[in-house]
Amino acid sequence: MEAKNTKVFPAETLALVQKIMKRYPEGKHKSAILPILHLAQAEWKWCSPEVMDYVASLLSIAPIQVYEVASFYTMFHLEPVGEHVIEYCRTGPCCLMGGVEVYDYLKKRLGIQTGETTADGQFTIKEVECLAACGWGPVFQIREKFYMQLTAEKVDEILDELSK
Amino acid sequence: MKILTEHIDVPGIETIDVFCQHGGYQAAEKAIKKMTPDEVTEEVKKSGLRGRGGAGFPVGMKWSFLAKPEGIPRYLVCNADESEPGTFKDHYLMWKSPHTLIEGMIVSSFALGANTSYIYVRGELMYVIHILEKAIQEAYDKGYLGKNILGSGYDLDLYVQPGGGAYICGEETALLESLEGKRGNPRIKPPFPAVKGVWQCPTVVNNVESIAATSWIINHGGDAYAAVGVGRSTGTKLISASGHIRKPGVYEIPLGITVEDFIYSDEWCGGIRDGHKLKAVVAGGSSVPILSAEMILNTVNGEKRLMTYESLSDGGFATGTMLGSGGFIVMDETTCIVHNTLTFARFYHHESCGQCSPCREGTGWMDKVIYRIEHGKGRKEDIDLLVDVAKKIEGNTICPLGDAAAWPVAAAIRHFRDEFEWHIEHPELALQPGAVYMRPGASWAQ
Repeated sequence: MEAKNTKVFPAETLALVQKIMKRYPEGKHKSAILPILHLAQAEWKWCSPEVMDYVASLLSIAPIQVYEVASFYTMFHLEPVGEHVIEYCRTGPCCLMGGVEVYDYLKKRLGIQTGETTADGQFTIKEVECLAACGWGPVFQIREKFYMQLTAEKVDEILDELSK
Repeated sequence: MKILTEHIDVPGIETIDVFCQHGGYQAAEKAIKKMTPDEVTEEVKKSGLRGRGGAGFPVGMKWSFLAKPEGIPRYLVCNADESEPGTFKDHYLMWKSPHTLIEGMIVSSFALGANTSYIYVRGELMYVIHILEKAIQEAYDKGYLGKNILGSGYDLDLYVQPGGGAYICGEETALLESLEGKRGNPRIKPPFPAVKGVWQCPTVVNNVESIAATSWIINHGGDAYAAVGVGRSTGTKLISASGHIRKPGVYEIPLGITVEDFIYSDEWCGGIRDGHKLKAVVAGGSSVPILSAEMILNTVNGEKRLMTYESLSDGGFATGTMLGSGGFIVMDETTCIVHNTLTFARFYHHESCGQCSPCREGTGWMDKVIYRIEHGKGRKEDIDLLVDVAKKIEGNTICPLGDAAAWPVAAAIRHFRDEFEWHIEHPELALQPGAVYMRPGASWAQ
């Protein structure tokens, strides 16, 4: 299995991985799973079995220990996703601010439903729960960036910009 | 009276130089150089500071439970997994003023005798994690972190740990499991984290806001902190205000102002948005009971309700609620309580870790039953069924997520039963776009 694995972090990320593993007491480096999974997803967009096996090899742990963690936490994509993953807050406070209507507009504009990816592979929509930005709702997140106080017009602007 | 946010809008406050120009790191220096760990703990006890994550447990007392066996490391872990719907105060504080938290971590770690501490931040806030890491590096460079801090002989390493998207990790034992690189399944207590926490070592877990407040307490004394507020609700509290108000945002209030003032004063929320009336409030994050306009403004005895732990819970769950995390969600007359309750029920269904059957199954039942009521397929017996399911979850789970899921559903039915009945009896009306039930004679009805 390891021989077939073609996923390898760039040298700079590998150095960071080594540094992260030293944050924990000796022998407790399994704690680095979440930070390394984040780095892996940033590198390869989603956590394929191959990617998770690679993370396991870095930590010298069994692959199942990575699968069970990656499948518990909602941020990790276990299926291929588009270039831009739009993670849309569907929880109460955003709904109060017109979140449902803006979400309907987003789906209509992209012609896809929750969990789907546009035919050109540009956009995936995922519904997520509260993003801790309730006072600035409606909110969605694309990678690390928060887009707040959304309206249909703002959605157009954001999508137009990202489609360039 | 600002304790945490006095300088939050100063340009450059996220940098250590500007932070220090505004009194930053004086508390860390004072604690480490001039005080003993026990003296720091004593001041925090005197302050009456209570856990700001939601439970309201006295911080100093929690610290005093920490086991201190010889030769075993102790840890402080900051809970920055803020995920309770309606709550965004920690996000705001860490984003705007990371050093406020870092200084508090130094003071608190010193008091506890921890030489390694972690800030566990929800993974969605990766940009905040970068802000914190940059600020932590600055603190190392200035000698406030690392070996032999300020020549005192005290060592402290501070790291940021990202979560991966799981509300349950805000529960302290789930958070510790997650920090160990596992699924976030809460542990059975006892043993409590103070005895066996992360890696089976004694650990204190405190919320961002609680830890941040310790610096001011060390600078000004526990008595000065306790002089702010009312009774056992001492000091200030960050309130995350959202919903149908003129000025949503994070406000630092002295505990003890009236709820009415908080909602209507221009100093805080600025009132309900133009042309609308207050219908209901969820005062402490999604898990606390929703109250109608009348009930949130006044207690059942007709006294003005205050923004304190005690006043908000006055009347128990029959007529009161909780201060909780301070996630203050305001709803005007356009709000459909059934829909809002559905989003909360769906949230807890989604976030249940699945470990305990009452929560795993019950949250699913509540989500599905409210979904069918909201979508015109409700049955007459559904309301009592929801109450029954909520009762069977409450108190029957390892961690408080079960209670947190049961309370909002039970309270919505307790105070807005007519709205659920209307959905069931008149689906043709309830399914109209934008249709909202108006209680005859209610203060919010036109």
